[in-house]
Amino acid sequence: MAVAIVKEKWQSRVGQVVIGATPEQGGTRTHTITIGGDSTLPFLHFEGEVVNRPAVAMEVNDVEPDWHPLLKEPFMDVINDPAAWAKKCVEEFGADLIYLKLTGAHPEGANRTPEQCAQTVKDVLAAVGVPLVIVGCEDDDKDNEVMAAVAEAAAGENLLLGLAQQDNYKSIVAACMVHKHSIIARSPLDINICKQLNILINEMGLPLDKIVIDPMIGGLGFGIEYAYSIMERARLGSLVNDKMLAMPMVCTVGYEANRAKEANVDVDEFPGWGELKDRAILWEAMTATTLLQTGASLLLMRNPEAVRLVKKNIDELMVSNA
Amino acid sequence: MALTGLDIYKQLPKKNCGECGPPTCLAFAMALASGKAALDSCPYVSAEAKENLDAASAPPIKLIKFGAGAALGDETVMFRHEKTFFHETTIVVRVSDKLSQAEIAAKVAEINDLTFERVGLQYTVQGIAIDNESGDAAKFATAVQEVAANSQLSLVLLTEDAAALKSALAPIADRKPLVGVATAANYEAMVEVAKGAGVPLLVRGENLDSLAELVEKITALGYKDLVLDSGSRTTSRVLADLTQLRRQAIKKKFRLFGYPAAAFTQEENPLDEIIQAGVYVAKYASMVVLNASKKEHILPLLTIRQNLYTDPQKPIQVEPKLHAVGEVSADSPVYVTTNFSLTYYTVQGEVEATRIPSYILAVDTDGTSVLTAYAAGKFEPEKVAELMQKFEVADKVNHKNVVIPGYVAVISGKLQELSGWKVVVGPREASGIVSFAKSNFGA
Ligand code: SF4
Repeated sequence: MAVAIVKEKWQSRVGQVVIGATPEQGGTRTHTITIGGDSTLPFLHFEGEVVNRPAVAMEVNDVEPDWHPLLKEPFMDVINDPAAWAKKCVEEFGADLIYLKLTGAHPEGANRTPEQCAQTVKDVLAAVGVPLVIVGCEDDDKDNEVMAAVAEAAAGENLLLGLAQQDNYKSIVAACMVHKHSIIARSPLDINICKQLNILINEMGLPLDKIVIDPMIGGLGFGIEYAYSIMERARLGSLVNDKMLAMPMVCTVGYEANRAKEANVDVDEFPGWGELKDRAILWEAMTATTLLQTGASLLLMRNPEAVRLVKKNIDELMVSNA
Repeated sequence: MALTGLDIYKQLPKKNCGECGPPTCLAFAMALASGKAALDSCPYVSAEAKENLDAASAPPIKLIKFGAGAALGDETVMFRHEKTFFHETTIVVRVSDKLSQAEIAAKVAEINDLTFERVGLQYTVQGIAIDNESGDAAKFATAVQEVAANSQLSLVLLTEDAAALKSALAPIADRKPLVGVATAANYEAMVEVAKGAGVPLLVRGENLDSLAELVEKITALGYKDLVLDSGSRTTSRVLADLTQLRRQAIKKKFRLFGYPAAAFTQEENPLDEIIQAGVYVAKYASMVVLNASKKEHILPLLTIRQNLYTDPQKPIQVEPKLHAVGEVSADSPVYVTTNFSLTYYTVQGEVEATRIPSYILAVDTDGTSVLTAYAAGKFEPEKVAELMQKFEVADKVNHKNVVIPGYVAVISGKLQELSGWKVVVGPREASGIVSFAKSNFGA
């Protein structure tokens, strides 16, 4: 009996965003990464086009991060050298992009100058050929200075720069426009604020295909269901032609998953939860793969083992089921 | 296709006696069409009409129960934000009958122990599937007995040999297991066994087309307690099939697919397997059968299941009261937060990490977070002061300092005035509590 396959007729598709620029395009990357573009729900090849595979960016910090020793272990030989750290992520762990956090800029931390931060970015650009995602230290004023310097120093590289937020977006959007970069627009799990911010950024003159949405996810066990539904709604919105929701989505998986207690407490402390090592890997990987099911296009991750699992899952899901 | 009120009305006795509740047959028909009434309420409906209407009044996906409370199906939406997902994916761990008796005992003990406590909730796997991998009927029967004797979990019996199923099932039939596997080759005998014991039957096709064909044959034999397996095993294909089964049932009311769906993992490495199972939990499997049975592997899977099956309209809440964390004393600090479970347990976890026994006053904010609650007028100083009174905080401690979340710093003046306590503004995020406690309470 031939079952008539039910296919939704979507009117539109997710927007595509290119990250990075090759020498011909005014940058120095060996290749670019394109995200988004799907014309159906995640991985439903039988219904529409799944154009670009979701990409995994691995996190590199400019100062030694306050991570669990198990999580830091694979990076201990490079932890004070962002360029070497980035190289290791690409060459050994298969990172599609590097997600560089300029945490060291924080005024209450290492308080690095914008020039120092720009130099770090140049070092990382020189060390790897993949495109870069770069964010600051989460101090608004300092980030505005740092991002202006970074954008200028890496002009033409088409970095994906963050973060534009509702109460602080003008300076970074301007820097992106002048120096030809793309932007992460972050909104706190709210479809309306998300759209509003995209409109504001677009009104300044940055094209929609230069914007990636950060919906501010929760990690596994800590509110991931809110992100799940918001992202699912955003994906449905883009498929019914809501242009201001149609940007690809980026998820701070490594950060959110690894701040969960379940990714940090040892089996001795919580015998009921089993061994920490695999539990922590799965906590991050499950956060990522669950959000892939809602339409996440770019995953910002930490644990190399979790990255392996997620990339394998993406490989499997990219096999056509038409 | 769903019937309209008028379609239904045509089948009713048209006595307009009102015994069903609504005053007329037409009103009753309308209520039926919108799912607000059950056909059973009309005592006069003919057997023929009942047969015709059952299809229309049945839920799009039949609810199938087996074992000790496993409940599959009865889902009504494609996306949880449309309403909610109702029956969380039943997780079943597979045990092969190729294992020795001692190995089975060890595996069963491990599976029995797969219950977890986190954020005030209990997570557990529901069942054990005994797989007749050996192909030997006697081995299968022994393994089934061994598992049944040592576990109270729901049971699933997996064999393609109807005779083997019959003899393994007989001694444990009162456990009401899910049995299978019915295929094109064996379905008549399988239906007979399942029907005889009154237990649901797992039906496996080779793809959606052959599955539909098989279900049609089985339902023609008069058996409708079914769980479906498209037979696919690769992640992408299973995702497509599970999506299709759900869509066909809900959007097209395609009766042959109006049963809950099961998925089987294929990965050998337990981490890969859990990730594969996670896809099926998110996308429409009512049951997942897997091999992994270590706590560290199962906990993340049960956590995502719990998260996705939470009702989006009803945030999980803790009791709004004064909670004690650790061996509290008169010197213990007092923190205030909301009764939104996620917020509360995040705060509780950090307070625990300070290693200072403390009180946490959970304010009833209808299960919203601090910021949302404040914006909605549910985190008012009056309310906090009243709760401090109600739970006699002053009698529990010998100081008068109360810590409020940094996000509601603005209420500190008023709260101080109302309660007469010194209000200390704590960190905005729970992650700041440890260092806050260090500098304020000298830990
Ligand atoms: S009980 Fe039956 S016959 Fe009487 S009004 Fe209701 S539907 Fe009509």
